[in-house]
Amino acid sequence: MKTAILVVAMSLVTMLTRFLPFIAFRKKTPAYIRYLGRVLPSAIIGMLVIYCLKDINLVKRPFGLPEIIAGICVVILQVWKRNSLISILAGTVIYMVLVQVVFGA
Amino acid sequence: MKKSIIKKAFLKSLPVLAGYVVLGIGFGILLKKAGYGALWSFAMGTFIYAGSMQFVGVGLISGGASIITTIITTFMVNARHLFYSISMIDKYKGSGKYKPYMIFALTDETYSLLCDGKTPEGEDPNLYRFLVSLFNHIYWISGCVLGSLLGSVLPFSTAGIEFSMTALFIASLTEQWLSNKDHIPAITGVFSTLICLLAFGKENFLIPSMLLITFVLTLLRKREEAEK
Repeated sequence: MKTAILVVAMSLVTMLTRFLPFIAFRKKTPAYIRYLGRVLPSAIIGMLVIYCLKDINLVKRPFGLPEIIAGICVVILQVWKRNSLISILAGTVIYMVLVQVVFGA
Repeated sequence: MKKSIIKKAFLKSLPVLAGYVVLGIGFGILLKKAGYGALWSFAMGTFIYAGSMQFVGVGLISGGASIITTIITTFMVNARHLFYSISMIDKYKGSGKYKPYMIFALTDETYSLLCDGKTPEGEDPNLYRFLVSLFNHIYWISGCVLGSLLGSVLPFSTAGIEFSMTALFIASLTEQWLSNKDHIPAITGVFSTLICLLAFGKENFLIPSMLLITFVLTLLRKREEAEK
């Protein structure tokens, strides 16, 4: 029972974080919020990239090399093909080969 | 409903498929280990639908956390959604009956697919966004339930497959870089986060990063206006 209450609480608070801006700025979106809406996407994607890479250790083997190599491959493929699906699939396969075979135990 | 829009939305959502199923399985396995089965996994995946929060949630429910702790923790872990929603206010305007669900389902990954505001020509943009959101939600629930059922029995090594999430964000950042003339927001995001990672450590840097990003971008707006 307690677990159910906690799950409901997590669900409601998560919804609150998603709905609040839409409710607060329902009538007219202030210019400042519109500005944030324009510049935040790139900034937050940049943040999420760093967030995903936060666990790499540059001073211990394998020195973050699998992430760096696979990450560079993703960038090159994206610039070249402009197709996210190809970049992501190829980058992930390259990373799996790197951690399992090349840098594996 | 036209088939073409379903296909286009499905193709758009495909990068998230592998990441969500794998992450969802990871969550299901973890929840199972904590003593909660497929039904709990289904309920959490469906109604909370926030990846990192669900992982934190396993610790909360198995550790017997209080409701207050749960509420505060959930708010802190998910505060970034406030920023996603702010930047989608204009794009989701006029999406009518799809809007409540689209807001409910605005996860990191759905956001990264839809935040550029581009939708295929000749298709209803609102239905398209709704379908992308729905497909992602289905992948996530499937992964969560699969994880509970599979346990830790998998036929091949999936070590490293979690990089698909990282690759998704790197590809989005690259794409935004190529399609925007203004690179200052992206640079602000990356460097503010790096500074906060170094200053606050990897457990606590997300909220400070978002505050610093907002602060820097606000200062830049003042400068932008002063130049006009």
